[in-house]
Amino acid sequence: MASSYHLNGVEAWDGCTASAHALRQAQVDVVAAYPITPSTPIIQNYGSFKDNGYIDGEFVLVESEHAAMSACVGAAAAGGRVSTATSSQGFALMVEVLYQAAGMRLPIVLNVANRALASPLNIHCDHSDMYLGRDSGWISLCTCNPQEVYDFTLMAFRLAEHMGVRVPVMVHQDGFLSSHTVQNVRPLADHIAYKFVGDYVPVHPMFDFDKPVSYGAQAEEEWHFEHKAKLHHAIMESSSVLEDIFNDFAKLTGRQYNILETFDMEDAEVAIFALGTTWESAIVAAKKAREKGIKAGVVTTHLLRPFPFVALGEVFKKAKAVAIMDKSSPSGAMGALFNEIAASLYQVQGSRHPVLSNYIYGLGGRDLTQADLDHIFEELSQDAQKGALTHPTQQFIGLAGPKLSYF
Amino acid sequence: MVKEVKTLKSFSQSAEKFEGSHLLCPGCGHGIIVREVLNAVDGPIVLGNSTGCLEVCSAVYPHTSWDVPWIHIGFENGSTAISGAESMYKALERKGKYKGQRPKFVAFGGDGASYDIGFQFISGCLERGHDMTYICLDNENYANTGGQRSGSTPMGASTSTTPAGKVSFGKKERKKDLPLIMAAHGIPYTAQIAPNKWKDMNKKIKTALDTEGPCFINALSPCPTEWRYHSSLAIEMTDLAVDCLIFPLFEIFNGHELKITYRPRNVLPVRDYLGVQKRFAHLFKKENEHIIEALQKDVDARWEYLQRREEAKV
Ligand SMILES: Cc1ncc(C[n+]2csc(CCOP(=O)(O)OP(=O)(O)O)c2C)c(N)n1
Ligand code: SF4
Repeated sequence: MASSYHLNGVEAWDGCTASAHALRQAQVDVVAAYPITPSTPIIQNYGSFKDNGYIDGEFVLVESEHAAMSACVGAAAAGGRVSTATSSQGFALMVEVLYQAAGMRLPIVLNVANRALASPLNIHCDHSDMYLGRDSGWISLCTCNPQEVYDFTLMAFRLAEHMGVRVPVMVHQDGFLSSHTVQNVRPLADHIAYKFVGDYVPVHPMFDFDKPVSYGAQAEEEWHFEHKAKLHHAIMESSSVLEDIFNDFAKLTGRQYNILETFDMEDAEVAIFALGTTWESAIVAAKKAREKGIKAGVVTTHLLRPFPFVALGEVFKKAKAVAIMDKSSPSGAMGALFNEIAASLYQVQGSRHPVLSNYIYGLGGRDLTQADLDHIFEELSQDAQKGALTHPTQQFIGLAGPKLSYF
Repeated sequence: MVKEVKTLKSFSQSAEKFEGSHLLCPGCGHGIIVREVLNAVDGPIVLGNSTGCLEVCSAVYPHTSWDVPWIHIGFENGSTAISGAESMYKALERKGKYKGQRPKFVAFGGDGASYDIGFQFISGCLERGHDMTYICLDNENYANTGGQRSGSTPMGASTSTTPAGKVSFGKKERKKDLPLIMAAHGIPYTAQIAPNKWKDMNKKIKTALDTEGPCFINALSPCPTEWRYHSSLAIEMTDLAVDCLIFPLFEIFNGHELKITYRPRNVLPVRDYLGVQKRFAHLFKKENEHIIEALQKDVDARWEYLQRREEAKV
């Protein structure tokens, strides 16, 4: 039996420590991992829990991230709770296996501390890796601070392992900005956290020798489509399960999460939509903008997959101009998030949707300042007054050198 | 638990864990080897498989040939999948959630999956010391994708990516010595097996499965389709391979103690083996004869090396 860990009502944790404690408390059976900045401390903390008797699961130190996810798949198919963590290049190396894990409906939980993708090599935060895995068949949860990392990692197990879901889940946090920023976190006691997550119930485990299963068969044109469609439906339906989990979690902790989080959106005419830590920065800017008479609001989502397009239509009903902030290179298109939101708004609001613009920011760890956000709200306000764009659709914020925009 | 198989009859009658309704070519070595492995086990076994002929021919949804728990993920990671399952066994057993008999953990991969793309993965599994056996089905080419060269293809073989042509005698490079590289991890047991020597094969599989810790077995798997010979001749091909010493049978304990397990009474010239397979037919042209000589020299040198290592026990 692993010994339980004494935690205070409030702990000073960074995001990596928070996620390692959540894995420990969920009593994961197998963690197979490989280090990469900035997710490394998750693995290191977990290793230290293991080596000090706080964990009685297996901790497998493999030779690459591809192997980490491969071992996770084998372990999950055998029939137990499984998790790992990674970032950036490590995530890229896992991508092949992410699809395979999802296709086999194995409820693995993956913590991702988001980081730029080379080249050039860069260790800082952007969301390139998040988008690389976006269509791999995993549910994707986004967080903005260590408290959320902790809470969402616990909830991720509940979601992934829910009998109506059985889809792997990733929990994203911003590399360094969240993963290495120490904040107050209110953890649950070990036994309460475990009770919330619940015992693992294996489905078709390989260790049931009376009913041998074949995992990862090939399915050609007669069946492949059906498997993908079933996975898609399970992912689409998981958002209502997540809402139930949010409500249960609120009863336990008083912390109520929503799929879309909004700030001052009731009467907002202009709004910023941003993921991860930028949500909190944008709230500060929105407050300042309101002092100047701009009716500003902010929106983020905790759920990137399934994409909450119906809720989005509601949230922007009164907005006249919306900035969609993309923290990854558009590489020859509008930003990834911009495309998602534009498509969703067109779907639910038709041509009545607000004026949309796309800001590319923060690549490779470039700071997004309050002045930048103030400027965006100013521009949005002009768009709102005119009822049309007053600037290029896509703009790069804080880029040195000539202005680059093709839209 | 591992069974002793005493007679060829009892061996041939106990293959219900890998059903006949697979799609392997007639005479394919893969099926013979898999049956042999499964026949050697009585208790629970968990199998991993890399992408390749065996995988695509044995589990096409909604069908499966496997009557034992089986997993395929990708081309390179059959070994790691099994290391994950073995880790899960340890975790569940420690937590009191698994109470049955300890399963055997076995992974199969083709030579492409083992010599090339999955090399690092196997090495990682061996280094970490999982209690598992990795079995390479060595047919010396990427058969599933149409017979391309692999790190195991012998020099001089004509393959779909190294075809013999006007200016080429086929593959230029020598075969990688995978079993010795794997043994160099210091693992408890490494062996080479061939399906014609079925008793030797059964004994080695039994040894590997009964040995605690990671074991590696390289199994010669004749491939009528890509080696280009008649499908009824699989066993004859392996007879020739082991008798001309192009595929010597040996085992290595703890990474250093080497034992030769079969010494042909009459060592045949390599050309006898080459001459019956169309993938080597072009070597018998005058301008390519030197390749046959080079292959013979390699085989002689390696046999000499294996014998010296056996004597020296290092
Ligand atoms: C990452 C990746 N690269 C390439 C392939 C294509 N592929 C599938 S099987 C195979 C060759 C298999 O050869 P081998 O391992 O020797 O097994 P055999 O089919 O000969 O039994 C290749 C190249 C793949 N499935 N995955
Ligand atoms: S191509 Fe070769 S390895 Fe593949 S099934 Fe046919 S005989 Fe066996």
